[in-house]
Amino acid sequence: MTFELFVFYLFSFILVAAALMVITRRNPVHSALFLVLAFFTSAGIWLLAEAEFLAIVLVLVYVGAVMVLFLFVVMMLDIDVATLRAGFINYLPVALMVAVVMALEIFVIVGPGNFGLDVYPSPPPLPTDYSNTEALGSVLYTVYMYPFEIAAVILLVAIIAAIGLANRTRSDSKYQDPSLQVKVRKGPDRIQVVKMEAED
Amino acid sequence: MEILFLAIVLAPLIGAVIAGFWGDRIGRVGAHWVTSSGVGISALLSLYVLSGFITGSREPFNGSVYTWMVSDGLHMEVGFLVDQLTALMMSVVTFVSFCIHIYTIGYMADDEHNWPEGSLAGTNSYQRFFSYISLFTFSMLMLVMSNNFLQLFFGWEAVGLVSYLLIGFWSVRPTAIFANLKAFLVNRVGDFGFILGIAAIAMYTGSLDYSEVFKAIPGLADTQIQIFGDSSWSLMTVICILLFIGAMGKSAQVPLHVWLPDSMEGPTPISALIHAATMVTAGVFMVARMSPLYEFSETALSFILVIGATTAIFTGLIGIVQNDIKRVVAYSTLSQLGYMMVALGASAYAAGIFHLMTHAFFKALLFLAAGSVIIGMHHDQDIRNMGGIKKYMPWTYWTSLLGSLALIGFPGFSGFFSKDAIIEAVHHSSIPGAGYAYLAVVIGVFVTALYSFRMFFLVFHGKGPRDEHAKAHLHESPKVVTVPLVLLAIPSVFIGYFTVKAVLFEGWLGDALFVLPQHDTLGALAQSVSGPNEMISHGFHGLPLYLALAGLVTAGVIYLAFPSIADTIKKLFKPINIALEKKYWFDEAYQFLFAGGSRNLGRFLWETGDRLIIDNVIINGSARSIGRFADRIRNVQTGYLYHYAIAMILGLLLLLTWFVIAA
Amino acid sequence: MIALSDYLILGAILFSISLAGIFLNRKNVIILLMCIELMLLAVNMNFIAFSHFHGDTIGQVFVFFILTVAAAEAAIGLAILVVLFRNRLTINVEDIDTLKG
Repeated sequence: MTFELFVFYLFSFILVAAALMVITRRNPVHSALFLVLAFFTSAGIWLLAEAEFLAIVLVLVYVGAVMVLFLFVVMMLDIDVATLRAGFINYLPVALMVAVVMALEIFVIVGPGNFGLDVYPSPPPLPTDYSNTEALGSVLYTVYMYPFEIAAVILLVAIIAAIGLANRTRSDSKYQDPSLQVKVRKGPDRIQVVKMEAED
Repeated sequence: MEILFLAIVLAPLIGAVIAGFWGDRIGRVGAHWVTSSGVGISALLSLYVLSGFITGSREPFNGSVYTWMVSDGLHMEVGFLVDQLTALMMSVVTFVSFCIHIYTIGYMADDEHNWPEGSLAGTNSYQRFFSYISLFTFSMLMLVMSNNFLQLFFGWEAVGLVSYLLIGFWSVRPTAIFANLKAFLVNRVGDFGFILGIAAIAMYTGSLDYSEVFKAIPGLADTQIQIFGDSSWSLMTVICILLFIGAMGKSAQVPLHVWLPDSMEGPTPISALIHAATMVTAGVFMVARMSPLYEFSETALSFILVIGATTAIFTGLIGIVQNDIKRVVAYSTLSQLGYMMVALGASAYAAGIFHLMTHAFFKALLFLAAGSVIIGMHHDQDIRNMGGIKKYMPWTYWTSLLGSLALIGFPGFSGFFSKDAIIEAVHHSSIPGAGYAYLAVVIGVFVTALYSFRMFFLVFHGKGPRDEHAKAHLHESPKVVTVPLVLLAIPSVFIGYFTVKAVLFEGWLGDALFVLPQHDTLGALAQSVSGPNEMISHGFHGLPLYLALAGLVTAGVIYLAFPSIADTIKKLFKPINIALEKKYWFDEAYQFLFAGGSRNLGRFLWETGDRLIIDNVIINGSARSIGRFADRIRNVQTGYLYHYAIAMILGLLLLLTWFVIAA
Repeated sequence: MIALSDYLILGAILFSISLAGIFLNRKNVIILLMCIELMLLAVNMNFIAFSHFHGDTIGQVFVFFILTVAAAEAAIGLAILVVLFRNRLTINVEDIDTLKG
């Protein structure tokens, strides 16, 4: 067993374990934190597959942004975990069966018989001066220019949509309206100071 | 040249449009002035054209003025073919129409009495009426001046439309509505044949233009076509009979004659103009115009001969038992139209057209005289209530005497020449059916005299009107009524004498008519007589004249001298009398078979087809079954997110399983 | 050496786990969203593996786009969740059945 293979199996074990934790934890915060772990380990596996840029992006974007968002929402919302967990055990057999059947079926297709080393030999390691980021960038900004821009627009739309959905104007908030302030006239709008006799 | 013809056609149209659309602006006087002057201009110009042909200074004109569209090489144009035949028709149509415009001023003067109080349809009815009759004149001119089949069809349908509008002019009367619907439907039957005929012509000659079609016809004379299965038909016979079916509808030939007597529901000027003098002769004109076609189909000629002869005799017989003054004249019209058809069938086209012309004058005269009597009797039309009107209405009396004499063919009157020519032509004809036709027209002379003078005696002679009230108010009609009577009486008497030689024997109609040598019955007739005087002297040796006089005398004896004989005869020949009074049960048969049949079919389609199958089964049924299905299927839509997710996952699992098994 | 099938089987296991997660946590929308992220991760794993073994960067381009869309999806999904909670005071899927036929 080479070191590479050892690292792969180690990471894979952690990844699977983290994934299992994600779906079984009672507390959504824990689930989210295990998901972070899962992302970290898969980033490691991607490094093994020589996809350095995406591994970094996964950590930066997912762990740094998306998962923080998840944690934020989970913590912000007051969730009654008990009712949400109801029926967890009842569904366990069905869930296990479906998951196992599906996994087995995929094994049949993608198992070593079809995609083993003798069918797809391991590619030779890339030269040391090879830059994955450069290679990716050179296709992304040339061949995939339009999809790239569309992706940018999608992100923009997502931002606007998220703001539009979550934003709400409070009716009881106090603020100044300058346009109304400058329109004040002398007579009815202004405060009138009334002089009164002081009472003894 | 074109400007002249356009003016003839468009002057009545302009009058009709002005009176129709701006009737209430220009008022009654304005309406009758504008339409009468339009038709008057048209009549004057027509007579000018006719005089050109009479003096020989005018050549036939054939040309198009406007191309409506060209479709696949088929030219659809508006054009004029003006030759002697057309000029004659134009003059007759516009002259009679002009007389009737004038007469209408008097007849419709108190038209508001015919409408219910405050009726919306009755407002401006006077102006509308003038608009219609001018429109009719326009349509009829388009018909007769056409140089192609499309325009002919346009005119054909346009006169049908105006006829429909005018029969139902008093639209608040149920009988009028019934009559105009009947006329319209019966004419549709004929028009269907007519347009099929035009389609056949367009299909085989590739043209709608008369001259081109006539040029192509001799080459198609022997063409055989297959219509139903393998049976072979002569193309010319098919075309000619189809066109003639159109003529049967328009010219009210048996068995499509049933609409004409009912059309008397319309105002009398209309009966005179449309249903006696002009429109109904469109069929006769059309067949004469198509003589280059008909000459090549002896079968079609025989068909025309038999239909015409049947119409001539049997509708004349009905006329004897009718009591409505206008209906008697109407049946007389049917009978005379039969005579014209017989002439056409015997290839004596000139005689048919000649009779058309003379008939137009004296029949219009008789109708207008009848209308004058009706005015005098305050719209009582039953001749049994009349009698002795002679002394109250001298002008009407004398003019209708002249008209009746012309109708029965009294020697020297115009009807004599035309009818005698027809009878002689049939006598010389040798195509199948000629013998029957000869018999029919000869007996028809007696019948014509009998019903004409039965009516004449009952109306004008004998004891005064039954109703004392009517008697007190009976007086001669105003000048606008009597002047047209006189205007029409003059040609009724004289026109035959002065034109017979030119029209019948000298071939004045020229190339407009085409007769094959073996069918030339008029030519055979011309060998024995060649002028009006000879015809009169020849008439005294023939049977028809004595039959006519016998009819006259019989009518006088039965209805004037010994009215009791009439009742005795009625009792003696009861079945025949009933058959005549029921008009051979044509109406009943049609109403039972076609009207009743289509009503039953409609009821069946409505109840079973529409309400049961379409409404209930297809529409409501499909809606209900979808509703029931949706009621079940809605349970699948639980609204729970995880059910949808699970469905997706299970679907994915199934697809994957299938993929694995397939691999 | 690491075989292609190893990567693919890892992806399959991840996918199946998240599938089971959807079954188990069917009432908790947040966990459902996390499971979907996990599924996308499994798919991305396959893309990366194929890209590596074929020596072709296009697979990585696809992963890039999937990450983009997944981020957008997560943002909007969470925004909907927040609005949902604000209006209904629950994120229990069982309480949300307005679409019931």
